[in-house]
Amino acid sequence: MLSQESLKQIDREVAKYPAEQKQSAVMAALAIAQTEKGWLSTETIDDVAAYLGMPPVAVYEVASFYNMYDLAPVGKYKITVCTNLPCALSGGVHAADYLKQKLGVGFNETTADGKFTLKEGECMGACGDAPVMLVNNVRMCSFMQPEQIDRLLGECK
Amino acid sequence: MGALGFILNAAEGERSWRLAEYVRRGGYSALKKIINEKIPADQIVGELKKSSLRGRGGAGFPTGLKWSFMPRQFPGAKYVVCNSDEGEPGTFKDRDILRWNPHMVIEGMIIAGYAMGCQRGYNYIHGEIWDIYKRFEEALEEARAAKLLGNNILGADFSFELQAHHGYGAYICGEETALLESIEGKKGQPRFKPPFPASFGLYGKPTTINNTETFASVPYIINEGGDKFLELGKPNNGGTKLFSVSGHVNRPGNFEVPMGTPFKDLLEMAGGMRGGRKLKAVIPGGSSAPVLPVDVIMECTLDYDSIAKAGSMLGSGAVIVMDETTCMVKALERLSYFYFEESCGQCTPCREGTGWLYRVVHRIEHGEGRPEDLDLLNSVTDNIMGRTICALGDAASMPVKSFIKHFGTEFEYHIQNKKCLVPEDVQRAGSGFFKAA
Repeated sequence: MLSQESLKQIDREVAKYPAEQKQSAVMAALAIAQTEKGWLSTETIDDVAAYLGMPPVAVYEVASFYNMYDLAPVGKYKITVCTNLPCALSGGVHAADYLKQKLGVGFNETTADGKFTLKEGECMGACGDAPVMLVNNVRMCSFMQPEQIDRLLGECK
Repeated sequence: MGALGFILNAAEGERSWRLAEYVRRGGYSALKKIINEKIPADQIVGELKKSSLRGRGGAGFPTGLKWSFMPRQFPGAKYVVCNSDEGEPGTFKDRDILRWNPHMVIEGMIIAGYAMGCQRGYNYIHGEIWDIYKRFEEALEEARAAKLLGNNILGADFSFELQAHHGYGAYICGEETALLESIEGKKGQPRFKPPFPASFGLYGKPTTINNTETFASVPYIINEGGDKFLELGKPNNGGTKLFSVSGHVNRPGNFEVPMGTPFKDLLEMAGGMRGGRKLKAVIPGGSSAPVLPVDVIMECTLDYDSIAKAGSMLGSGAVIVMDETTCMVKALERLSYFYFEESCGQCTPCREGTGWLYRVVHRIEHGEGRPEDLDLLNSVTDNIMGRTICALGDAASMPVKSFIKHFGTEFEYHIQNKKCLVPEDVQRAGSGFFKAA
C-alpha cells in the first residue's frame, strides 16, 4: 500500500482535472508511487489502479510506455545520461563511457552494492548544457566534464 | 545566455520568474488592457493574424488562423493546451522560457482562454525538467493568489483555470494529439486526423494546442500591436525567435533574434566554431529537419521561408552544428536509433521501418555495410513517408534521406573501406570531453 503522504499527493493531482477524469492523474500517481517505493512492482501498479478506479492493465500500459518509470528495481541513484546527437557532439557518449568505467557497469546495470544504476537517456531538452545527466528523474546535472562527474559520484552517499 | 529579446530579456533580472518581477517588467498589462478595454475576441485573433506569428513548436502554422478554428458557440468545456514537451533533439528553448519567464506563458494562455472562450488550460511539461515543472507550479500559485487565474479574473466576467501536467519521458507526446491522449491518462499514441483538436480535442472537447514560445509571444503582440511584431521579423515570418544552438560551438545556448537573421551571425553569437575547426554541416531545425552542408547553410537566413527554400525546415529553431571531426554515418546512426526507440509502435511502416533504418545505418557504421544499402535505406524511407498517422515516420526518414543526399560519399567510403573517413582520434577530440586528460 502507498503511504498516506503519497495518497495525499495523488489527491492533489486528481484535483487538477475535471471530476469525471480521474484517470488523467495516473502519470503523476505512478511517479509519486515510484518515488516512494523506488520502482513500480505489479503490486504497486495494482494499488495505483485501485486508488484511481482504473483497470490494472490500463495503468500497466502507461507505466510501460513512458521511459522514466522503472518496472524493475534500480539502485539508490539512477543516473541517466543523454547520448543523443547534440549531446554526443559535446561529450555525451564520452561522459557515459567515463561513468561506465568509474562504476564498472554498463547501461541498464546496477553496481554490486546497489548504489548506482546507469541508464542511457534520450533527449532531455537541455542540449546546450551537454554533457547532461539526470539523477533519480529529478536532478538535472549540466556540463558534466570528468571533474564534475567525480564530484557528483562523491556526493551520492 | 546569448542575444536577448522580449522573452529572454527576463534572464538578466534577479528572480525574474517571480510574479512581482514580471509585473515590474510590464507583465500582465496585455491581459489588463484586454479586460479594461473589453477588447473583443475577434480583435485579438485579428492582431495575431496581422503579426504573422507562426507556431514555434516546429510546424510553423499561423497562430491566428489556428485560434480562429475554435468553434465560438460551442456549449460546454473548451480547452487551451500548452505544449512544453520539448524533446526534439537540439531543442532546449522552452526550458529557458519557463525557467526565466513562466508568467509570460501563463499570461499568453489566459489571453488564449479569453479569445477562444475556454475555461481551462493545461501546460504539458517535459518529464526530464522537474525543477522547471515545480517552478511553473509555483508561478501558477502566485497567479491564483493575485486573482489572475480562477473565477472572475480581474473582476471581469471571465474565468480561467490553468494546471501543469508533468510528462514522464516519451518523445511522441510532443505530437499534439499524443499529448492529449497523455493528459487523458493513456499511453501517448497520436490520433488519426481529422477530426482535428479544434473540434475533437482534450476529453473530446474543442481544444487549441500551441507551443510555449508561441504563447509567450502573445502578450507582446497585444501590447505593441501585430504590425510591430511583424516588423521585428520579415514578411510572412513575424517576430523574433529563439534559436537553440548546440554541438561544436564555443558558446552553446539560446539566442533570441529577429526572424531573417543570417545564419552566419547566429554562429558568431554562439562564439564561433569550437577550437576554430571547420564547419561541416548544420541541422537547422531540430533532429527531424534535413541536414544542410556548410556551403548551403552559410547562405541562409533564419526564417521559415529561407530554410525551406534551402531544402530543410526551420522547425523548432534547434540549430545543431557539426564540425569536420564529425562522422556523418555515426551521427545518423544515433539519430536513427532515437526514432527507432521513440516510435510509439502504432503504425507498421514506422514501427518496422525505423528499426530497418537503424539496423542498416548501424551495420554501415560498424563495417558491415553492403553496396546496395544506400538504395535500401532510400526505399525504406519511401515506404514510411506519408504512410503513418503522425509525422514521426517522416521525421525519422528526413535525416536519412538528407544525410545520404549530401554526404553519400562518406557512406560509400564506410561501406567500401569498412571504416570511417574521419579518423577515430579526430572524432574523439571533437567532443571536447577529454581536454582535461
